[in-house]
Amino acid sequence: MADEPKKIPDVTKKTVKPKKPKIPRQKMPEQEPLIRAHNFEEVPYGYSIETAMIEASRCIMCKKPKCIHGCPVGIDIPGFIREIRDGNLKKAARIMKQSNALPAICGRVCPQEEQCEIVCVVGIKQEPVAIGRLERFIADWERDQGEIEIPEIAPSTGRKVAIVGAGPAGLTVAGELAKLGHQVTVFEALHKPGGVLMYGIPEFRLPKAIVEAEVDYVRQLGVEFVYNAVIGKYFTLDELMEEEGFHSIFIGSGAGLPYFMNIPGENLIGVYSANEYLTRSNLMKAYDFPNYDTPIIRSKKVAVIGGGNVAMDSARTALRLGADDVYLVYRRSRVEMPARDEEIHHAEEEGIDFRLLTNPIKINGDENGRVKSMTCIKMELGEPDASGRRRPVPIEGSEYEVEVDTVVVAIGNGANPLLPEATPELKTNKWGNILAEDETGLTSMKGIYAGGDIVIGAATVILAMGAGKSASKAMNEYLMSLDV
Amino acid sequence: MNRIISKDRLAEGIVDLRVEAPVIARKRKAGQFILLRIDETGERIPLTIVDSNPEEGSIRLIIQEVGKTTYSLGELEAGDSIKDIAGPLGKATHIENFGTVVCIGGGIGVAPVYPIAAAMKEAGNRVISIIGARNHDLMIMEEDMKKVSDRLVVATDDGSYGIHGFVTDALQSLIDEGLKIDLVVAIGPVPMMKFTSLLAKKNNLPTIVSLNSVMVDGTGMCGGCRVSVGGKSKFVCVDGPEFDGHEVDYDELTMRQSAYHDMEKEAMDIYHKCKIGRDGEDK
Repeated sequence: MADEPKKIPDVTKKTVKPKKPKIPRQKMPEQEPLIRAHNFEEVPYGYSIETAMIEASRCIMCKKPKCIHGCPVGIDIPGFIREIRDGNLKKAARIMKQSNALPAICGRVCPQEEQCEIVCVVGIKQEPVAIGRLERFIADWERDQGEIEIPEIAPSTGRKVAIVGAGPAGLTVAGELAKLGHQVTVFEALHKPGGVLMYGIPEFRLPKAIVEAEVDYVRQLGVEFVYNAVIGKYFTLDELMEEEGFHSIFIGSGAGLPYFMNIPGENLIGVYSANEYLTRSNLMKAYDFPNYDTPIIRSKKVAVIGGGNVAMDSARTALRLGADDVYLVYRRSRVEMPARDEEIHHAEEEGIDFRLLTNPIKINGDENGRVKSMTCIKMELGEPDASGRRRPVPIEGSEYEVEVDTVVVAIGNGANPLLPEATPELKTNKWGNILAEDETGLTSMKGIYAGGDIVIGAATVILAMGAGKSASKAMNEYLMSLDV
Repeated sequence: MNRIISKDRLAEGIVDLRVEAPVIARKRKAGQFILLRIDETGERIPLTIVDSNPEEGSIRLIIQEVGKTTYSLGELEAGDSIKDIAGPLGKATHIENFGTVVCIGGGIGVAPVYPIAAAMKEAGNRVISIIGARNHDLMIMEEDMKKVSDRLVVATDDGSYGIHGFVTDALQSLIDEGLKIDLVVAIGPVPMMKFTSLLAKKNNLPTIVSLNSVMVDGTGMCGGCRVSVGGKSKFVCVDGPEFDGHEVDYDELTMRQSAYHDMEKEAMDIYHKCKIGRDGEDK
């Protein structure tokens, strides 16, 4: 619009600016709760082109957009929304891909309500622009066109980079560095790429075909993937640098050993870590047993312990695997739950029975060692603890038993010890997380960077990607400083 | 990748595969294992690396046919490939010159005890091995074990070969001989490890066992393989697979191994039915 001459306001007329009719935030249609609770298909259907354009028109194109700063990978949000509004979908996709190689994933699993949307100026008086839904729309649209545009790749720099782990952090670094002309190889411990996107987040929240398509995009940038390669065992970091000829390494090995509660009965048959429960169902497709060989217990009554997104995913998976009753047992109250509102809402709609201010104290088994019930105690909230949340305190004498055949423990993960054990010079904190500089991800070892859950403990996909993004900048500088 | 170079049958229901896996062949140490997935719909199962040939770039796997995956492995022939092999996993056996080490393998357990016996021998130990089977036909790897042992004792449950009795009876007779034993390594079915450890404990013999529990990822991420050792939960995949035989809760391990018995049976039934159907077509 810059070419048009500026209109000179007509001061003779007393004008009242007509009030623009307020367009409400556009909803995404969803599968009916009671139907979707029994299938693994994705819950929301996504915007149509028309709805997406209406939603895009709600963006007021701030001159100094706050949303971009709210995004850990700094997507040009008003930029791509403008193109959607104007119907230039290809261009919108291109703008988004400049900063984010995994938009269909982020559009689905990012907590936009605490990142870009919370700072949206429209959100002051109305509901914020549905940035996440638009991101998802444009990524899905581009994929559905059947041809994904591959950006220009810089000429080869002759530098080789190894990435440990094909999760969100590793994929981000891989994509960024490949675009800059470095030769990138990703070593993945499992037999499929994606990390938590593949083994952790369920199909109904993030279809695996979408993960594979976005990984394929990274592959088309020239990134090579090696599966079944557990770094620390298959190759050590030293071997990668000295024998395999890599100039720099990024460690994004992800979540580690699951925590258990250390209460009696936790080794009974039917007690799972959320990692195991979800991995069996998602990565190994146990929900499709016996077409797939991996079994998962056919539960009727399931208790999931925890209040985060992983707990919600586990509870909703249990329903879809055929459980009649699924309890979500959390020791604090609803407001302290770390899960996204949307996930809590979806879980409630599907009929998950929330047992808040409740803590398990014992799991009871039958004569075959299978779970038959769980003893819980009721809690009340006391003074705030170190996390700022009010500390749950048991109410004496309030113990009760709930009949369950499966217990899924979703209370977080510790650090994976494999890599630090094999690499004594790699410094870790007292919890075993790898020490890395905030800005660059540089570890205690020269040329070796790290980011994501292995550094910050359990966080989100987008934070891991943000860490990957900043590490890739530092790694590029380091790589280009080397004489090769 | 993961191509089968050769296949032998060691006994009824026991298959010996040499599989192309050059990096693992170079890296693996005694006591470590791999996880494999036979095809796109397969589950991940752990198997001990019995031996390796770094020059050829191959590893040796010995499989007892007990369920759908292991029977399917038994059907593969030289030239076929296994979809995924990840390894070497788990902690390697702590090898040093202890003095006299008794290596005991029960049934299919001879396969995982073999690389440990070989490494112990290599480290200068006097290696006395005991291998046992239900009967002579099921006895495996006798020649292999002979090569890495200063003395080999064989036992069969039915007396069809060697000592008539269990491996514990053979260990008892070594103890009765007044042999000074510095370490016992016992691998086999859970009851065999349990009773061997009990006998060893009675005689104050330090004992190492190697556990085979249900696993998924094999890198510590899922915790499905947890066992109680000395009253604490340990992950077989990253803390093991070897543990102090006197500290393991064997009854819990037996119980946990049975977690999926009904579904394993179901998968086997379908597998057998398919086999019958297919054989019918072949004719």
